[in-house]
Amino acid sequence: MESVGTVVPPRTHYVNATYGLRSWLLTIDHKRIALLYLGSVTFFFFLGGLFAVLIRIELLTPKGDIFQAETYNRLFTMHGVVMVFFFLIPAIPAVLGNFLVPLMIGAKDLAFPKLNLLSWYIYNLGALFTVVAIVAGGVDTGWTFYTPYSSTYSNGNVVLTGLGVFITGFSSILTGLNFIVTIHTMRAPGLTWFRLPLFIWSHYATSLIMILGTPVIAITVLLLALERIAHVGIFDPALGGDPVLFQHLFWFYSHPAVYIMVLPAMGVISELVANMTRKNVFGYKFVAFASMAIAVFGFLVWGHHMFVSTQSVYAGLVFSFLSYAVAIPSAVKVFNWTATLYKSSISYNTPILYAFGFIGFFIIGGMTGLFLAALGVDVHVHDTYFVVAHFHYIMVGGTIMGFLGGLHYWWPKITGRMYPEGWARFAALVIFVGFNLTFFPQFLAGYMGMPRRYYAYPDEFQVLNVMSTSGASILGVGYLIPMVYLLWSMRYGPVAPANPWGAFGLEWRTSSPPPTENFLETPVVTWEAYDFNPDEERELIDITRH
Amino acid sequence: MSEHVVSKKTYFLIFGALMVLTTLTVFIANFDLGPLNVIVALSIAVLKATLVVLYFMHVRYSSKLTWVFVGAGFFWLAILIAFTFSDFATRSWVVIAK
Amino acid sequence: MCSSGLSTQDSALSKHGRESHSTSDWACAPLRQHGATARSRHAGDVGVFDHRNHVLRGLFLSYILYRTKFPDSFAAASSHLDWKLGAFNTAVLIFSSLTMALAVYYSQVGDRRKLLGFLVLTIILGLTFLVVKAIEYHEKYVTHHVPGPFFGFKWDEPAGDPRQAEMFYYIYFAMTGVHALHMVIGIGIMLVLVLMAKRGRFTPEYHSPVEISGLYWHFVDIVWIFLFPLLYLLGAHIHSH
Repeated sequence: MESVGTVVPPRTHYVNATYGLRSWLLTIDHKRIALLYLGSVTFFFFLGGLFAVLIRIELLTPKGDIFQAETYNRLFTMHGVVMVFFFLIPAIPAVLGNFLVPLMIGAKDLAFPKLNLLSWYIYNLGALFTVVAIVAGGVDTGWTFYTPYSSTYSNGNVVLTGLGVFITGFSSILTGLNFIVTIHTMRAPGLTWFRLPLFIWSHYATSLIMILGTPVIAITVLLLALERIAHVGIFDPALGGDPVLFQHLFWFYSHPAVYIMVLPAMGVISELVANMTRKNVFGYKFVAFASMAIAVFGFLVWGHHMFVSTQSVYAGLVFSFLSYAVAIPSAVKVFNWTATLYKSSISYNTPILYAFGFIGFFIIGGMTGLFLAALGVDVHVHDTYFVVAHFHYIMVGGTIMGFLGGLHYWWPKITGRMYPEGWARFAALVIFVGFNLTFFPQFLAGYMGMPRRYYAYPDEFQVLNVMSTSGASILGVGYLIPMVYLLWSMRYGPVAPANPWGAFGLEWRTSSPPPTENFLETPVVTWEAYDFNPDEERELIDITRH
Repeated sequence: MSEHVVSKKTYFLIFGALMVLTTLTVFIANFDLGPLNVIVALSIAVLKATLVVLYFMHVRYSSKLTWVFVGAGFFWLAILIAFTFSDFATRSWVVIAK
Repeated sequence: MCSSGLSTQDSALSKHGRESHSTSDWACAPLRQHGATARSRHAGDVGVFDHRNHVLRGLFLSYILYRTKFPDSFAAASSHLDWKLGAFNTAVLIFSSLTMALAVYYSQVGDRRKLLGFLVLTIILGLTFLVVKAIEYHEKYVTHHVPGPFFGFKWDEPAGDPRQAEMFYYIYFAMTGVHALHMVIGIGIMLVLVLMAKRGRFTPEYHSPVEISGLYWHFVDIVWIFLFPLLYLLGAHIHSH
C-alpha cells in the first residue's frame, strides 16, 4: 500500500503517544509515572545534597564559624529527612521499579495504574508538607525524631515534617501493594517464579517490607505529633511514659527501611552483573532467596540501634546475634556476584563500573556494620562519625551507585537514546573517587572519637574533615556531570536500538522506547532466567517498524 | 480463584457462636482470676477473630496470596511485641552498682 | 487457553461498558489489563488484610507495655468505662457483620432488593454504634476523663495513679478514635454501595466492590473484638454489679 516517496511517520511510543502537560499529569502509564517520579526524586536529591554541601562547608574548620549550632542541627536534620524519605526510599522502586516491573514480566502495566498515579500525588503532597516545614525554618531533631526532645523541647517544625513523612509513607504502601499484586497475577505465560529476573525478586522483597513496615512508622509519627500538640502521650517520662518505646517503634520500621533502600539496588546490580558478563548469575536461587531472607531478617534486628539507649542488655544480645545473621544473605549476594564475574568476559561499560563501585562500597559498609552490631564495639563508636561513614557507604555507596548504574543501563530503553559513554565513564570515576574521599576519612575520625551532629570539633580532626569536604566537592561535581549529559542525550544522543547491550530480559525484547502497551503481542516465555544461549525464539516481539 | 458462595446457614451459625463467645467473655470478666483474666479474654478474642476471618471474610476459601498476608501480618505483630518485650521484661535483670 | 475467549464473568462486565479480556487462566493475566474483577478482588483482599494488621500495631504494643507496667491504674481506669455499653456495641457490630455478610451473599445470588435492605441495615447498625460511642465520649468529657490539659483531666479516685490513669485514657481514646474513624469511612463506603446497587450496577458476575467493602467492614469488626475485652473488661471485676 505504501507509495514510494512518502515519509515514514515516526514510530509511536509511550513518550510521543500523546502531548501536553495534562497527558503527563493524568497519565496512568507506568513508564510515564516513573519519569514523573524521576523528576521528583532528582529534585529532592539535589535539595538534600544542598544541605550536605552546607554541612561540609561548616565542618571545614574546627570552630563553628558559618552557622549557629541551632542552624547546623536543622541542616543535618533536613539533609537526613529529605534524603531518606524523599530520595533513597522511593528512588529505585518508584523510578526504575515502576518503569521495569511490568516490562520485565511481560505485562502491559501495573495491576492498578490509577493507584500508581495516586501514589505519585501522595508522595508530592507529603513532600509539600516537608518543603513548607523547611521554608518555615526547618526541624532540628535529627531525622530520627527521638523523644522526648522532639515531643517536648524542640522548637522546630516537628509536626509539619512528621506529617510529610506520614503522608509519603502511604505512597510507599501503594507502590508496594501494586508491585506485589502485579508480580503475583500478571506474569507472562511461561514466566514462572524461578524464571523471574532477580530485579523482580528484590522488588518483591522490598514491597513486602514497604507494606508491612510503613504503617508502623505512620502511627508512630502520628502519636508523636499528638503528644507534641496535646501534651498527652505515651513517650514522655513526665507522663509516666518511656521514650525508648518510641525508639522501638521508630526502628521497627526504619531499620527495615534501610533494606527498602538497598534491596532494589541489589536487584539492579544482579541485572548489571549478569548482562555485562552475559552469564547466568551464579546460584540464581540463592540470590533470589537471599532477597527474601534479608527482608525477613531485616525486621528482627532493629534493637541494634538502641544498644546504648537503656535497652536491656539481654535484648541487646539477641539483637546483636540476629544482626550478624543478616550478614549471611548479604554475603551470599556478594559472593555470587563475584563468582559470576570470575573468569567471565566483561563488557566494561558504564553500568558495570557502577556495579563494581556498589560491590566494593557494600563490602566496606557491610563489614563496618558488623563492628557496629557487636555490643562492646558499638558502645565505643556509637553516635560517632564511624556510624555516619558506615551508613553512607550503604545508603549512598549502595543505593545511589545502584540507582545511577541502573539509570545508565536502562537509559536507552527509557529514552530511546544512548548517553555519551566517555563522559559517563569519567563521571563514574569521579563519583568513585569523590565518594571514598568524602566518607573514608569519616571512619577514621569516628574511630578516633569524633561525635556526629556537632558543628564544632577539636583541632586534631581537621585534616580528616578537610579531606572529607574536598571529597564532597568532587562528589558533587560527579553527580552534576550525569545530570548534564543525560539531559543532553535526550535530544542529541545517538538513537538507541532495542537491545544495545545484547542483554537478556523481556524489557529488551520490545522497542526503545517501548510503545504505550509495552508489547505489541503478549510474550510467551519458554526459556530460563539469564539463559544466554542463542535461540531463534529471542526475536523482538515488537517489530520496530509498523 | 473461583468464587465460593457461603451458605446463609453458615453465616447464622457463626453469628450465634460469636454472640455466645461475647457473653462468655463478659461473664468471665466479672471474676478476678488474676493474670488468667487477660489470657482468657484474649483467647476468646482470637477465637472470635478467627471465625470472622475464616467465614465472614471467606479466607477459608481464598487464594494462597491472601493466606500469606494474613499469616505475615500476625507474624509481624508477634515479632514486634515479643522483641520489644525482650527489652522491657529483662531490663531489671541487671543490677547496676551505684 | 489464552485465546479461549471471554468467560461469562467478563461478558457481563462488558455489558456494563467495561473493557475486558479476562480469562480464567492466570498465565494470561497480562491480557486482562483493564478488566479487573478477579485481580481487584485478589488485591482488595491483600490490601484489607494488610491494613487490618498494621495500622493499630503500634497502639497495641503501647497498650500491652503500659498495661504490664501499671496494672492497677489501668484496671482502675478501665473500671470507669461502662462495660454494658461496650458489650451492647460489641453485639451491634457483630450483628452488622452478619448483615454485611448477608449483603455480600445477596449480591452473589443477585437479589438486588435484599442486597439493598441489608446494606441499609448495616448502615443503621454502624450509626447505632457511633451514637453509643458518642454518648460514652460525652460522659468522659463531663467527668473530665479525657486526657490532656486542654480537657482538664482529673482523677479523684482512691485507686490508681492519675498520670497512669490518664495514659490509659489516652490509649483508649487513640484506639477507639482510630476505630471510630474507620467506622465513619465504612459507612461512607456503604452509602456509595447503596447508590451503586440502586442503579443496578451489581450482578452475580460483578460485585467485587460489595465483597471488598465487606472485607473492610469485617476488619473493623475484628479490631473491635480485640478492643472490647482489652479496654472495657480489664477492670470489670472491680465493679462487678
